[in-house]
Amino acid sequence: MQNNQPEIAIETKNLFIFYGSFAAVSEVNMKIEKQKITAIIGPSGCGKSTLLRAFNRMNDFVPSSYVTGEILLHGQNLYGKDIDPVEVRRKIGMVFQKPNPFPKSIYENITWGAKINGFKGNMDELVEQSLRGAALWDEVKDKLKKSAYELSGGQQQRLCIARTIAIQPDIILMDEPASALDPISTLRIEELMQELKQNYTIIIVTHNMQQAARVSDYTAMMMLEKDGSRSGTVIEFSETKRIFTNPKDKRTEDYVTGRFG
Amino acid sequence: MNPSRDHYPKGEELQRSLSARYRNASIWQILFLSALVIAILSLAALLYNVVDGAFGYVAFEYKNDPSEFTAKPLDDLNQQELLDILTANLSSGAFKKLDNEKAMEKRSRSDLHTLVLERLIQIDTKQTWSMTDSIFRSSEIKAEVAEKYPDAKLEFRSWLTPVFLTTPMSSKAEFAGVRTAILGSLWMVGIAILFALPIGTGAAIYLQEYASKNLLNRIIQTNINNLAGVPSIVYGMLGLAIFVRALEPLTSGSMFGVTDANGRTILSAGLTMGTLVLPLIIINAQEAIKAVPDSLRQAAFGVGATRWQTVWHHVLPNALPGILTGSILAVSRAIGETAPLIVVGASTFISIDPDGPFSKFTALPIQIYQWTTRAQSEFHAIAASAIIVLLVLLLSLNAAAILLRNRFQKKY
Repeated sequence: MQNNQPEIAIETKNLFIFYGSFAAVSEVNMKIEKQKITAIIGPSGCGKSTLLRAFNRMNDFVPSSYVTGEILLHGQNLYGKDIDPVEVRRKIGMVFQKPNPFPKSIYENITWGAKINGFKGNMDELVEQSLRGAALWDEVKDKLKKSAYELSGGQQQRLCIARTIAIQPDIILMDEPASALDPISTLRIEELMQELKQNYTIIIVTHNMQQAARVSDYTAMMMLEKDGSRSGTVIEFSETKRIFTNPKDKRTEDYVTGRFG
Repeated sequence: MNPSRDHYPKGEELQRSLSARYRNASIWQILFLSALVIAILSLAALLYNVVDGAFGYVAFEYKNDPSEFTAKPLDDLNQQELLDILTANLSSGAFKKLDNEKAMEKRSRSDLHTLVLERLIQIDTKQTWSMTDSIFRSSEIKAEVAEKYPDAKLEFRSWLTPVFLTTPMSSKAEFAGVRTAILGSLWMVGIAILFALPIGTGAAIYLQEYASKNLLNRIIQTNINNLAGVPSIVYGMLGLAIFVRALEPLTSGSMFGVTDANGRTILSAGLTMGTLVLPLIIINAQEAIKAVPDSLRQAAFGVGATRWQTVWHHVLPNALPGILTGSILAVSRAIGETAPLIVVGASTFISIDPDGPFSKFTALPIQIYQWTTRAQSEFHAIAASAIIVLLVLLLSLNAAAILLRNRFQKKY
């Protein structure tokens, strides 16, 4: 027994995500462990990103989308009546598929999120800490006033990570953060994730099964339901090692061994 | 085994089909080129026509010979001498009236010179000729003038002069200028933009960023698109009914203690023009806001921004160049519109500069319209000059807006 009861960062209970009358994701029950990396894998169009975006209520911007069931953060339902989605997004940060820094300076990219959330500390310190946290400080410390658009794609993505950790979230969501990057930049992001998990809980969606196997502690396998409803669900969720070596579900096995997908 | 390969042309046939395709392409290319040439030619013809009218020979007589007033040539007189002539020869009533408009002692030499010519010597223009005629039929014109108007002087004249820009309206074409009209146009466009740009941008932000896609909003959107195509005279009627009549206490300034005006003020005209360009500004601002990538909004929301913070800090700054482009189009439209101004009640003859939103006013297109309807050919010449002024004013306003836009675009 290496540790007693694992600490849960966030939990979904009987979660359904609808677009109008269409259930894009149905019946998801997951307990995501604190300070671990959880990967969500599965074929295209099975609702991985939809599920990820439900965690910080980014789906709210899609007209006619709604959620049933619960997502619990510290025992509090994120979709409860008195919950402000803006506050949710501060606690659960997000890194997107394509690097999307603000068209501002590197410095302002970090400070903007802090400023609008009423950060009262020392901005210079925050910028340095966040950039160090994203392993970007040494590359950009002499050009903080330069436009973020002058950075390479990989650097931009790490800047987006720095921007996210600057608002000190509990959880960081990553939606295929390396899919637009070259292999070396991808590797740096993956290394960075290992450092980040010392302090943050990370949930990552990825197309790349090797990446999931390399970086994650837990893996959730998503698949469309067999009944032809085109609704995605988590068919298997356990330790990554187990998903890739000894899956319970036949479909998971087919997928991770490349026979399907 | 590729079953479809046999169905494609080969050898001789391929050559034939290829050259047919090239021939087809070059015919279309020639058609497009000629469309461009026709467009350029018609533009050139328009410009030529305008310039042709603004310069040329003019035959004129002095009603009263200058020697009746002074022994020296008129052009050599200094300010004091000109003033003495005016004092001696003008009726005291006329002098007092001029003095009231602007103290005679304070008037410049060229001003007084103009007054002597206008009031005392009194130029009588007999005939004007276009620039082309003046250049190519010079000797014929001279012979004609010698025969028909033996006392007349013949002079090659540019009707477009610095004096033309800086003098107010006059009932005599030789002394008329467009200062009042330029100022009127600028005031009007300024008020129109101040009114329409914030409202239009606000409406566009609401429609793009806040409004849900329900039936009501779709109807509003369709109507805005249709309003952009409503004839300007209809906006004139609207302006007359609302701004001139219904809101008269506001637009005449009587609410603010202005007593001598009715609702036919520059404010009414500016607001009418603002209403006219409002749909144009909304549509352009919407397009500009639509063009801001969604990834930027998501980035802002992702760090815990509210919708307003996202719009104010990211969407609006990035849409600003596009919004300014829309306002350029709006300025161009507003400065050239004539019909609504006629309905709203622009003065056709006014020689006092507008000095505030509650002034009576005229505008360049009104002035041009009014001059072209006059029978005397010298008025057509100053109308042509005023058209050049209008075009230059339009181009410089556009240039200013483009410079402004590029400034914002270069930021990152």
